[in-house]
Amino acid sequence: MPDRILLTHGSGGSLARELVEKSFLKVLNNPLLARLDDSAVFDFSGKLAFTTDSHVVSPIFFPGGDIGRLAVCGTVNDLAMSGARPLYLSLAFIIEEGLAMSDLDRVVASIQRAAEEAGVKIITGDTKVVSRGSADGLFINTAGIGVVPEGVNISGSNASPGDKVILSGNIGDHSIAVLSKREGLSFATDLESDCAPLGSLVAEMIAASSSIRCLRDPTRGGLAATLNEVAGQSGVGIRIEEEKIPVREEVLGACEMLGLDPLYLANEGKLVAVVPARDAGVVLKAMRANCYGKEAAIVGEVLSENPGRVVMRTGLGTSRIVDMLVGDPLPRIC
Amino acid sequence: MRFITEFRSSKLASGLLSQIRLRSRTPARLMEFCGGHTVAIFKHGIRQMLPSTLEMVSGPGCPVCVTANADIDRAIALSQVPGVIIVTFGDMLKIPGSRSSLQEAKAGGADVRMVYSTLDAVKIASENTDKSVVFLGIGFETTAPTVAASVIQAMQEGIDNYYVLSLHKLCPPVIRAILDSGEVRLNGLVCPGHVSAIIGSYPWEVIAREYHIPCVISGFEPVDILQCVSMLVDQIERGEAKVEIAYRRGVRPEGNPEAIKLMEKVFEPAPARWRGMGELPASGLKLRREYRQFDAELAFDIATEPAQEPEGCICGEILRGTKVPRDCSLFAGICTPEHPVGPCMVSSEGSCSAHYLYGGDLAG
Repeated sequence: MPDRILLTHGSGGSLARELVEKSFLKVLNNPLLARLDDSAVFDFSGKLAFTTDSHVVSPIFFPGGDIGRLAVCGTVNDLAMSGARPLYLSLAFIIEEGLAMSDLDRVVASIQRAAEEAGVKIITGDTKVVSRGSADGLFINTAGIGVVPEGVNISGSNASPGDKVILSGNIGDHSIAVLSKREGLSFATDLESDCAPLGSLVAEMIAASSSIRCLRDPTRGGLAATLNEVAGQSGVGIRIEEEKIPVREEVLGACEMLGLDPLYLANEGKLVAVVPARDAGVVLKAMRANCYGKEAAIVGEVLSENPGRVVMRTGLGTSRIVDMLVGDPLPRIC
Repeated sequence: MRFITEFRSSKLASGLLSQIRLRSRTPARLMEFCGGHTVAIFKHGIRQMLPSTLEMVSGPGCPVCVTANADIDRAIALSQVPGVIIVTFGDMLKIPGSRSSLQEAKAGGADVRMVYSTLDAVKIASENTDKSVVFLGIGFETTAPTVAASVIQAMQEGIDNYYVLSLHKLCPPVIRAILDSGEVRLNGLVCPGHVSAIIGSYPWEVIAREYHIPCVISGFEPVDILQCVSMLVDQIERGEAKVEIAYRRGVRPEGNPEAIKLMEKVFEPAPARWRGMGELPASGLKLRREYRQFDAELAFDIATEPAQEPEGCICGEILRGTKVPRDCSLFAGICTPEHPVGPCMVSSEGSCSAHYLYGGDLAG
């Protein structure tokens, strides 16, 4: 095989076949995928959750992860946030001509590791190659399906006054880790992306309480966007306490340097749960027992006042509104 | 010492606040010059906590906000020149000029790239020898030395396709202009932290003496700002007017001599256009003769249509401290961060953006 992706790899000819067999099937191997039919066919019963997500991160490798792990975790987490147990994923690559074969192999290996960790299988896929300049190395789309257990009803519109807001851990690690490696912006940090599949964490939370109201992963737009969405959908107010929100000192430092606010930074392995106050203790305990929820904390509560708004009590005891993110957070000058 | 959490300590902050409340008797208006201070003051709700004797107004210390429309138009015009790569700090991308922004120019096909370090701009030039790379030199004394360093590096490496469009501005001259105009009565200055880390405290001495105004250099965390306000209140109550540093971990009286040397080697003071204040003498920087080969002004013939200010926008008055965002009929209605009319709503350091994002009314 050539050591770079060529346009021919996407042509459907013998090189394309070789790519599928040697680079994809060998690594992602499972019986449903191995049939290589036009679609994967399988039996299914129960309530289905179905989602899709496209991934265009730059650079494609970053501390703590890569675009492949991100593609698996992103879709698995979207399923998990509906309370679903993730089962199967599709995997579609859009590859820029010239991508190093070794980079692609590294991404595929990472996809397999993440899928194993998340307990999902890649059962169908597609590859397109576009000419140089038409894409940025590699784009990945994943769609996923999962099964929602009986009796689980989780939605952003379920929050109700008195509920507690729980955050599963430190915010901002992913954004800062990726930014630190971005061309033109590189700075030294030991931070790693938090990119992780949260299916097992959610399953353990649901086992601890059957009345979890909302689950959301605060990806783009960060915690601020997620809480605003819940407040809007549920028609409630949310008050969070600045001092209770876990943020690493390195993230705070990078934010000060770049003029960013941790509340608006993307996370890829965190979730926010809205839980009735009486169950908050058991859910928190279950979360802290999972490797992806060790730093979980109750960070706020749902109120009937200020419907649709998120208010934060600052460390100094003052209050301010936490609005949605507007535009791209760009580093400041001074 | 972790440098951030300690300076957000609610215990220290409430101690400083009770001192301020106890001592502040004379009604006083304090100006925070720097956009970074404005954001911190709003983000941490500091205005809400101050006694009614103290009023805080925001100054012109947002580097992209004070960039005149005519200069933004020139940057956009340069981006349209075939073979030119525009390299800039991030904030600049979104600022609207008379007719569009660099972000729009980029979407329309111009090669506009964002960097955080000026040395990356030189790298882009060395990697694109068939193109002309123009760095937009925006910012105060904080960024000017780094731009100077990039010019020196380009010279040492013999890179002949690197240019700087110098739109740099200097802080002390604009503060003087504000004080000279007498438009807004000020009783104390919260002097910029990062700028003073470079220029030190001496340049403020002259201002404190000539205008008999207390000057305290502040850091950017709530405890820094409250300590600064507390020191200003003490001076005001004692009738003093001197320069003090409430940001010792960042600022030495002599500043950063290496950075000053670098800046003075490459640049010399020149008149500069300020949004809302017009042209002020010796308030900007231009490349010295020895470095003119890097001067984008000389290398390109930049023609633009006459600059236009958006109708109804009062960014100029807001930058001078004579009006506040809520005085603007466009604020929060027509002009929002999603659909900004003026630069103070666009920049993350801008007053309007800080008022809009963090200053919302909690009643109801």
